[in-house]
Amino acid sequence: MAKAAKSASAGASARKKPGVDIGASREELLDAYKHMLLIRRFEEKAGQLYGMGLIGGFCHLYIGQEAVVVGMMEASQPVDTVITSYRDHGHMLAWDMDPKGVMAELTGRAGGYSKGKGGSMHMFSREKNFFGGHGIVGAQMPLGTGLAFAHKYKKDGGVCQAYCGDGAINQGQIYEAFNMASLWKLPVIYVIENNRYGMGTAVERASASTELYRRGESFKIPGKQVDGMDVIEVKEAGAEASEWCRSGKGPFILEMKTYRYRGHSMSDPAKYRDKEEVSKVRKESDPIDNLRDKLIADKMADEAMLKDIDKDVKAVVTAAADFAQQSPEPDPSELYTDILVEA
Amino acid sequence: MATQVLMPALSPTMTEGKIAKWVKNEGDSVASGDVLAEIETDKATMEVEAVDEGILGKILVGAGTENVAVNTPIAIIVEEGEDVPAAAPAAAPAPTAKPQPTQAKAPAAPMAPTAARPVEAEFAGPTVTLTVREALRDAMAEEMRRDPTVFLMGEEVAQYQGAYKVSQGLLDEFGSERVIDTPITEHGFAGLGVGAAFGGLKPIVEFMTFNFAMQAMDQIINSAAKTLYMSGGQMGASIVFRGPNGAAARVAAQHSQCYASWFAHCPGLKVVSPWSAADAKGLLKAAIRDPNPVIFLENEILYGQAFALPADPEFILPIGRAKIERPGKDVTITAFSLMVGVALEAAKKLAEEGIDAEVINLRTLRPLDTATIVESVKKTNRLVSVEEGWPVCGVGSELAAVMMEQAFDDLDAPVARVAGVDVPMPYAANLEALAVPKPHNIVEAAKSVCYR
Repeated sequence: MAKAAKSASAGASARKKPGVDIGASREELLDAYKHMLLIRRFEEKAGQLYGMGLIGGFCHLYIGQEAVVVGMMEASQPVDTVITSYRDHGHMLAWDMDPKGVMAELTGRAGGYSKGKGGSMHMFSREKNFFGGHGIVGAQMPLGTGLAFAHKYKKDGGVCQAYCGDGAINQGQIYEAFNMASLWKLPVIYVIENNRYGMGTAVERASASTELYRRGESFKIPGKQVDGMDVIEVKEAGAEASEWCRSGKGPFILEMKTYRYRGHSMSDPAKYRDKEEVSKVRKESDPIDNLRDKLIADKMADEAMLKDIDKDVKAVVTAAADFAQQSPEPDPSELYTDILVEA
Repeated sequence: MATQVLMPALSPTMTEGKIAKWVKNEGDSVASGDVLAEIETDKATMEVEAVDEGILGKILVGAGTENVAVNTPIAIIVEEGEDVPAAAPAAAPAPTAKPQPTQAKAPAAPMAPTAARPVEAEFAGPTVTLTVREALRDAMAEEMRRDPTVFLMGEEVAQYQGAYKVSQGLLDEFGSERVIDTPITEHGFAGLGVGAAFGGLKPIVEFMTFNFAMQAMDQIINSAAKTLYMSGGQMGASIVFRGPNGAAARVAAQHSQCYASWFAHCPGLKVVSPWSAADAKGLLKAAIRDPNPVIFLENEILYGQAFALPADPEFILPIGRAKIERPGKDVTITAFSLMVGVALEAAKKLAEEGIDAEVINLRTLRPLDTATIVESVKKTNRLVSVEEGWPVCGVGSELAAVMMEQAFDDLDAPVARVAGVDVPMPYAANLEALAVPKPHNIVEAAKSVCYR
């Protein structure tokens, strides 16, 4: 591992040399590239629409963190379930939810995944096994543990991927969930996306121990620190964790060392870090640029092919943005629907 | 193709801002993500990043300009080799107007039906006599036999057979996969239960008492009650949260509180509070079958009380329907849970004094069966609301408001509220006795609204 693999109690697999048996096929890598690029361009467009006043309220962009969710998606199976916090657009796109429906939810339109009633932070797709999109910091972790409970109860072989950030990991309910998940051997991967800042508070200022992958040790949950800027490494760690969970051994923690380029939300001027820090990461560790370089170096793709992918992705995002502006606002009668299921 | 860069809104409240500085100059090439300019908003200085690639063709609003309205074109980006259009480029996307809040009035909330319903008939067919405790256990057992996705979890529900013995025998019949002892971790297991419900199961989550459910309030309200709405109807939580609510005896403030009005306040929940064994069984079965989150408020003092109820295992009561326990013509008394018995006792005393009280067992607090109450008040022209909880923003407050809205012309006296005293529950036996409604409080209130 570029940043020496750290592993709490589970056996860590040694980092494989780039270009040699990377554990991902050309198709998988191209798929990963497309998804990461889609997330990047989608989020840039969302930022633009926010600037135009078409998206309201809070809007948390995923730019910089794309490799985490895309690598984990590459390691998942169709039966698996996913749940995350409010920084959720990337997860939905990685799980192949329709960019039009996601963008239209951001603009609060009837064509959005929640008919415009959920917004950026609260979106779901039963069809894609994406269970939100939750706005209360940390609450998705017990919920994800419950999804894992349902996998085990139904014996369907599924694993739940439950994501939270480095800020959320200090919420008490997460440890209540860790305890039950380990006690009952529930198939859940807790993915901690450590982007170094919980809103404006650096992880060192919020966590007495910053080795977040070790947060499950008291509950006998193995953990591993992963370079979350490297989609191949993420995929490998995801595969290892999935195998662990699927074989009935209980939960697994993956700490993804990642970085968000933008502010916590659209209205965050990000004064808690200097610009050099951001540019350094962008320059040296950008997950998309690095994969692009690798695809070319390993002759898996050429410039023309990548340009075509670029064009395709741009077209998808433009279509999503157009749809999100053309779709009507929800009918006023929607105010009173979906409060209760009619029994 | 030339595109305009518009003055962006960089916070939920920003309407205009100042161009503090241009980071790129005219003629510079820009890539997606490059910082173009710095803008001072009402809150902070923020960077504006390029979305499109190209050359910064023209700066339309110079550095230092203040009060630039959101969506004003501030620069033009052109493609390599392209001329800067003289005027604003025709091809540039016109800023799409932000949708304005609909001026039309919000549609009225659907009203509860106001037509009178027939008084519920006494049970036909064979009956059995069970305690409330046994009725609750039987309801869970029958539903677990009927539906393999129903399971019970909570503290001491399995091996201990329930802190109040409500789950007696369930572990033996259904095994440890479906009757699950949890650690003492209410916030965690309430969230886990809601997640399991999202995953297609039908959990019954027992709180040893509802006092401890305060630890889990976020998961109950923010996750269970709101998700159906937030998902546009795609997914909700079919889950029952049950356990004893209200005052027990001599356990003081932290273990003696009625949470009925807390939960009844929240859209997305159903809130049920049974009195008799028939209520307990018929309503718990309905709650388990209901596709929505249901708060099921039991009462420890009632657990040991026995009542007759239908022997038919398909006996089930509809959520949202009150029951007239004692018909009368002079005054309507509403109550729920333990207070139904207290109200019936008061009605007996009132009868001795020549006042014929109608006692309504509310059974469900959300949705409240306002039709049955309004119909009764049309007959008696008087209402006394009884509850064990605090008076402020209580169930009685809601009933008083409903009467103002729906039965104003029928009232011959102001609505009277009999409630727990507005203090934390004291421990001392004499003070505790003063803090919860007693039959004589109800008698006094009823006589006062009858001007007697």
